[in-house]
Amino acid sequence: MTAQDTEAVSLKRTPLYEQHRQLGARLVEFGGWEMPVQYSGILEEHRAVRTRAGLFDVSHMGEFSVKGPGAPAFLQYLVPNDVSRLAINQALYTQLCRPDGGVVDDLLVYHLAENTYMLVVNAGNIDKDFAWVQQHSQGFEVELANQSYETGLLALQGPEAQAILQPLTQVDLAAIAYYHCAPGVVSRVNCLISRTGYTGEDGFELYCSADEVLDLWRDLLAAGKERGLLPAGLGARDTLRLEAAYCLYGHELDDTTNPLEAGLGWTVKLAKGDFIGHDALAQIKAEGLKRKLVGVEMIERGVCRGGYAVYDRERQIGTLTSGAPSPTLNKNIGLGYVEIGQAMPGKIVQIDIRGRRAAAQIVALPFYKRAK
Amino acid sequence: MAGLIHPADLKYTRSDEWVRVEGDQATIGITDYAQDQLGDIVYIELPWDPQTLVQDEKFGDIESVKATSELISPVSGEVIKANEALKDSPELINDSPYEDGWMLVVKLTNPAELDKLMSAAEYEAYLQGR
Repeated sequence: MTAQDTEAVSLKRTPLYEQHRQLGARLVEFGGWEMPVQYSGILEEHRAVRTRAGLFDVSHMGEFSVKGPGAPAFLQYLVPNDVSRLAINQALYTQLCRPDGGVVDDLLVYHLAENTYMLVVNAGNIDKDFAWVQQHSQGFEVELANQSYETGLLALQGPEAQAILQPLTQVDLAAIAYYHCAPGVVSRVNCLISRTGYTGEDGFELYCSADEVLDLWRDLLAAGKERGLLPAGLGARDTLRLEAAYCLYGHELDDTTNPLEAGLGWTVKLAKGDFIGHDALAQIKAEGLKRKLVGVEMIERGVCRGGYAVYDRERQIGTLTSGAPSPTLNKNIGLGYVEIGQAMPGKIVQIDIRGRRAAAQIVALPFYKRAK
Repeated sequence: MAGLIHPADLKYTRSDEWVRVEGDQATIGITDYAQDQLGDIVYIELPWDPQTLVQDEKFGDIESVKATSELISPVSGEVIKANEALKDSPELINDSPYEDGWMLVVKLTNPAELDKLMSAAEYEAYLQGR
């Protein structure tokens, strides 16, 4: 089985590393970090999030501060989504695009105060993204700061999340709408409380100082115990986001993909004005997509995974980008890019699973949507 | 390995399979250590129809949520039966790796090969060193 290679590359650890070990987590390398993939088990943690709540340490993610009179115009140029429509304490989901429309990363942009924004990026892309942001800030009156290593981030996700969190804070959580946030104290810790998440359930992401994230973690776990809150790792995070059909950078998004074919056209506001990648995306839209991201559900036995080829009888028509068992649907599901003429829900395809062709069906996304 | 069980009456391989010998037949599966390492098992491919197995050669695939792994035969012989329950309930292997999670019953064609397998004590020493 896999050996623990402790001598090789030195992996980064969040302030919760010892806590994860004490909780019996299995730790794995992710984006240069040593992170918990599971505690009690991926299926159990996944089901906890769908029915009660789970708590994720996502402190490895990156946070950049963008401030100054030039910040609104800079960010409007930097990302395809419309930053000008963000109220104070509102966030949006968008990408950093290259001039050819390829994706450097996907991220959240928060409007925290006048001329004050926070970008939240993927853990494996922190250095790349900060260099990109710095490079493209030339000529704008902005101050940039990479606050990733001073910032802790916990995600409390599930139908019980608000009930678990409310007793710990005076902030009225019901008043925080989806993709909005509020600063406040949670159990002695100063936080930015954000109603966002990556699981498809209701929930909160709590940004705080890295010095205090361990206290916050312990207090949340204790507070949620009666309601069945479980610590949850990256394994469940992946099965949850897959069911919700959220993109994962490095799988559905990378330099070779564009947000339009990934189904993220709703985040691309071509009419707002110029931004990096605008003309390339406008041309792609005008010419029509050549391929698009679809969902597949296995019909015959087998687990489909990222990298497996998708066939229409003898002809390969695409490739999967992600795949895993879906604990909620009790089926094996995947995401992948399929040529546009074949990308219809209902179409039967074959997935090459390590040399064996197994039947699957293209389905509309998402696989799972929570009841309102 | 705290909490993991490797019964003394079985034989073991370096690729984490176990063998229960009963006369000229053997029942095979994967060890408690193996199922613990894999995590939640979601899929298994076994020789569902009669087939010849060769010691040390692959006889199937097993998948957890995150990973796929090969099953290596600890013995040579003819498959008499496979545990069909594992098609729909592969998690039986996690819950009961030595009883409900049995994989194949094999008629041995070369019992002398069993000498190459480890005892429970030897297997646990081997696990300590990994």
